[in-house]
Amino acid sequence: MIHFNHVSKTFKRNQVLDNIDLKIELGERIALVGSNGAGKTTLIRCLLGEYVYDGEVTVNGLVPRRERTKVLQKIGFVPQLPPPLKMPVSQLVGFAASLCNSERKRMEDVAQRLGLDLGKIARLPFVKLSGGMKQKLLISIAMGRDTNILVMDEPAANLDPDARHIFFELLAERLQNTTMLISSHRLDEVAPLVNRVLEMDRGKVVLDDRVAEDTSLSGKLACRLTLRRPEEAIAKALMGWGFRDTGSGTEWEGMIAGPDRLRFLGVLSRYVGLLTQISLDEIVRSAGQ
Amino acid sequence: MKHLWLTAKLDIVESLRARWFMIYSLVFGGIVALLFAFGLTESRVLGFIGLSRLLVTYIQLSMAILPIFVLITTVRSVAGDREAGVFEYLLSLPVSLSAWFWGKIVGRYLVVFLPVFAAMAAAAGWAMIKDVEVPWEMFLYYTGLLAAISWCFLGIGMLISTVARSIDVAQGAAFLVWLTMLLFLDLILLGIMIQGHVAPEVAVALALINPLQVFRTAALMLFDPQLVVIGPAAYVIFDYFGGPLFKIYALIYPVLLGTLSATGGYLLFRRGDLP
Repeated sequence: MIHFNHVSKTFKRNQVLDNIDLKIELGERIALVGSNGAGKTTLIRCLLGEYVYDGEVTVNGLVPRRERTKVLQKIGFVPQLPPPLKMPVSQLVGFAASLCNSERKRMEDVAQRLGLDLGKIARLPFVKLSGGMKQKLLISIAMGRDTNILVMDEPAANLDPDARHIFFELLAERLQNTTMLISSHRLDEVAPLVNRVLEMDRGKVVLDDRVAEDTSLSGKLACRLTLRRPEEAIAKALMGWGFRDTGSGTEWEGMIAGPDRLRFLGVLSRYVGLLTQISLDEIVRSAGQ
Repeated sequence: MKHLWLTAKLDIVESLRARWFMIYSLVFGGIVALLFAFGLTESRVLGFIGLSRLLVTYIQLSMAILPIFVLITTVRSVAGDREAGVFEYLLSLPVSLSAWFWGKIVGRYLVVFLPVFAAMAAAAGWAMIKDVEVPWEMFLYYTGLLAAISWCFLGIGMLISTVARSIDVAQGAAFLVWLTMLLFLDLILLGIMIQGHVAPEVAVALALINPLQVFRTAALMLFDPQLVVIGPAAYVIFDYFGGPLFKIYALIYPVLLGTLSATGGYLLFRRGDLP
């Protein structure tokens, strides 16, 4: 489906991609990880036909640079840094829907599911939205259309836990017919979402590994916690995850999206001395798993 | 074509919300308002009276302000958009590069030309209300000149934006281009060159390829057939070409230069890295 054939990219003597050979098939969900300057963004930009390069990139046999509109019609992209667009939200959605031959309603529906009411923010300039709202809107534009490749750069970084769960559900709905390329600095952020990991370093793919798919993207975990004593900091963190206090600040329960478990445990690890008991029970598994 | 208009519309909306556009419109609207406020339509200088005097003053001021405004705002916004990641996102949508580039130019052209024209049209409208005679032939020709010079500098601005990869370099280059053209105006460097016995052909050729000089000569030509004020090279040009021919040249040449620059910019844009 996607083929990088001896792809190299150099910026003023600085080689950012070094002879990349890569095949990505339909349905693969790939974590593209690596430190800053590893070449992740450059690889994505080559795939989107935004850079010229040595070698060849093809998507379904088409070269993105030469056949931009055909290739990009099938690629949904969410950048890490939202662009500082001054246009109103409604115009951005209308513009994207027109270019992508999609319906505005589909993008609005995705936004609605993510908890973003486009009707309320239609006239606001995109640049004035909060980080989370921008992220939700860009995800809505990428997913509210017919694509079979999703390229996302830290897509869930600014989302609240509820929106993250909906986002995972949206990804789960597309598992069979979509290839996903999810870029991140940290593997733990994206590991539960993917079935293949590509690690890049200094322009090369240094690790290409398969990942066991034991985590349901749409699944949820019921979590109960007991604390040694009430503590404001952990209470605030747990409320941020939508937990509720069931016993004077020492007993807490709530739901966590399956792919978020590692992230959640990472948050808890900061308060490990306070924890006396923790349970995680999987309560939903998608039909396919 | 649909994508081109979508991109043009997008650029117009972005520009209308930008601070530079507000300042730009205020400057040109303000000029006309000030000219009226100072009673320019009621005075007589060198035979320029009524609205014709206002128009000639306006066109002279436009010559000084319009090119640098168009150059700086174009290169700032295009190079700025690239630096800020706007290109990375918007060019990940399925829009062809030609529709994107030319759509941006069309949108930007409307945004830079309309305020300049609107200010002039408002002056004509006000004159009609006040029963001052409107020199329509001059009005129409000046509209053409402003349209041509706007296109010319927009094209040059797009070329600079494509070549320069950062805002700072683009702004510096734009300023340098404008300064060079300013120095090669008839009354400044050309006068010195002629004084210094440079071949007249060189001076005349420079005057003919400098769009600012072409604009200036054509603008003044309507008023001063004796060429009392337009300078030596313009005098030779006018003498050689004659009025009607030069009037046509002054409309066609800037459009051609702008189109060639924009085309060069597009070819480079298409060939290189986009964001």
